[in-house]
Amino acid sequence: MDKIEEIQAFATQVRRDILRMVHGAKSGHPGGSLGCADFISVLYKHILKYDRNNFTMDGLNEDLFFISNGHIAPVWYSVLARSGFFPLEELSTLRQLDSRLQGHPTNHDGLPGIRIASGSLGQGLSVALGAAQAKKLNNDNSLVFSLHGDGELDEGQIWEALTYGAAKKIDNIISTIDYNQKQIDGPIQDVLDLGDLNAKLLAFGWDVLEMRGNDVANVIDVLKQAIAKTGKGKPIAIIMHTEMGAGVDFMMGTHKWHGNAPNDDQLATALAQLPETLGDY
Amino acid sequence: MKKYTFTEKIDTRSGFGAGLYELGKTNPNVVALVADLTGSLKMNAFKNEFPDRFFQSGIAEANMMGMAAGLTIGGKIPFAGTFAAFATGRVYDQVRQSIAYSNKNVKICASHAGITLGEDGATHQILEDIGLMKMLPGMIVICPCDYNQTKAATLAIADYVGPVYLRFGRPAVPNFTNPNEKFEIGKAQLLSEGTDITIVATGHMVWEAIQAGEDLAKDGISAEIINIHTIKPLDKDAILASVKKTGCVVSAEEHQKAGGLGESIASLLSTNLPTPMDIISINDEWGQSGTPTALMEKYGLNAANIKDAAKRLVAKKD
Repeated sequence: MDKIEEIQAFATQVRRDILRMVHGAKSGHPGGSLGCADFISVLYKHILKYDRNNFTMDGLNEDLFFISNGHIAPVWYSVLARSGFFPLEELSTLRQLDSRLQGHPTNHDGLPGIRIASGSLGQGLSVALGAAQAKKLNNDNSLVFSLHGDGELDEGQIWEALTYGAAKKIDNIISTIDYNQKQIDGPIQDVLDLGDLNAKLLAFGWDVLEMRGNDVANVIDVLKQAIAKTGKGKPIAIIMHTEMGAGVDFMMGTHKWHGNAPNDDQLATALAQLPETLGDY
Repeated sequence: MKKYTFTEKIDTRSGFGAGLYELGKTNPNVVALVADLTGSLKMNAFKNEFPDRFFQSGIAEANMMGMAAGLTIGGKIPFAGTFAAFATGRVYDQVRQSIAYSNKNVKICASHAGITLGEDGATHQILEDIGLMKMLPGMIVICPCDYNQTKAATLAIADYVGPVYLRFGRPAVPNFTNPNEKFEIGKAQLLSEGTDITIVATGHMVWEAIQAGEDLAKDGISAEIINIHTIKPLDKDAILASVKKTGCVVSAEEHQKAGGLGESIASLLSTNLPTPMDIISINDEWGQSGTPTALMEKYGLNAANIKDAAKRLVAKKD
């Protein structure tokens, strides 16, 4: 099996985890989680430098990854568990009392792999910029990655941070925007049209790449391009085109599955489309 | 017995600036952030000598607080400075999620707090910040009384690991605490012993409490003066021990009654040692433009008000 097929198989299992976790919890956000499964699988399987056995808050000389759109926690939990950060069986505790797998990601309960709470939107780019500047002070040449929702870009703090990142030449950060063009109330064009996002990011002084987020080969290719652009005086943004609900036919093409759990029949229908590749938790 | 000596009038924010500059020299992990108020927060000395550790966010406090949280990831100790109004109310959600819930080692440094901000008026005179910050689980809330203590507190919070809210002010006020006294987080400071009434005060109101105590002595009333520089965690033992001895208490602060120091003390006493009490504070009102002295008088926040309240309480005992 080549690298791409291996990551695809990993992402398929992650999708099964997402659906089973959200079904088990009877709540959660499967749509964005499924859409980002390929991207986050690529990051942890092929791109990020990290030590899964000795997770530290400071992550010195490791790449850091922050998810600002914290509601897609299920995909992150699955990838972290399957990358060895914590036991796989813990995935069944999502959203349960006293679980480390809270409804939105948090470091509060000591879950390895997570360095800050997210959920209230718009805060993660600022956090990532802070961490990137700490790396510069520490002469640490590893990188900071962040992920944001497109709906999240409605928040003003994101644009404060975009201004700052370019003005201060924070060039060790790669921020990806999950451009699935859907948010809770509907298409982003109807809720609050972002306009020409590429042009806006360029105007804010960022280097901008576009990526097909559900095409593993393209994700690898564009992330490598992005890494090659670091250290050149500009922060890097990737507009990642994804399909909300990707991998499950009835969850695609709609915003309905942003924040709803499948029932028993829906789960069975969805899992039938996703072969068990690495073994269910 | 009194443990204070008036030396000069100087602003508490300069104590912060001096403490931050000293930290710059002694602790390489200390970094500073500011939202376009470097001069107002007296951060120029740090900025000029340690430019690599100084981060100017522009007028973007939300981004500043988020970056401060991020800088801790990598071992930095960020001191994020702006006016108290913008360090709390404007960015409450950022402080709540990225700093407090995430337990980040960020020092929120808030100047121009309270009514004594003066002429800029109610938009800038935040009187709710202590309440906002003390409600956050794990947040330390500190409000020192003068220049020396603000400097000492600034040094002390760098050694404490966890989120801290440090509140200080704009006007020149009496400097009277011992410059060599080490600041102990959570430890009440007994400034004058007494037997008839306990007066607990925080921030600029501590000097007013001292004046009230000296006036009360002339009337034959012995007041115990306690400086509560750490509002959270509250030094419960010190307060209970004093109140047990005196049997009545007045609190004084430059803040709304709701959410303030007086409320914390009333809560402590009502569940442990119910005691006659009065609270000198702002009571559900907005501030306005004026000189600090005129505003303190208008809103009933000076030594005379503390003295009157104390006399009423002592009279009721007999």
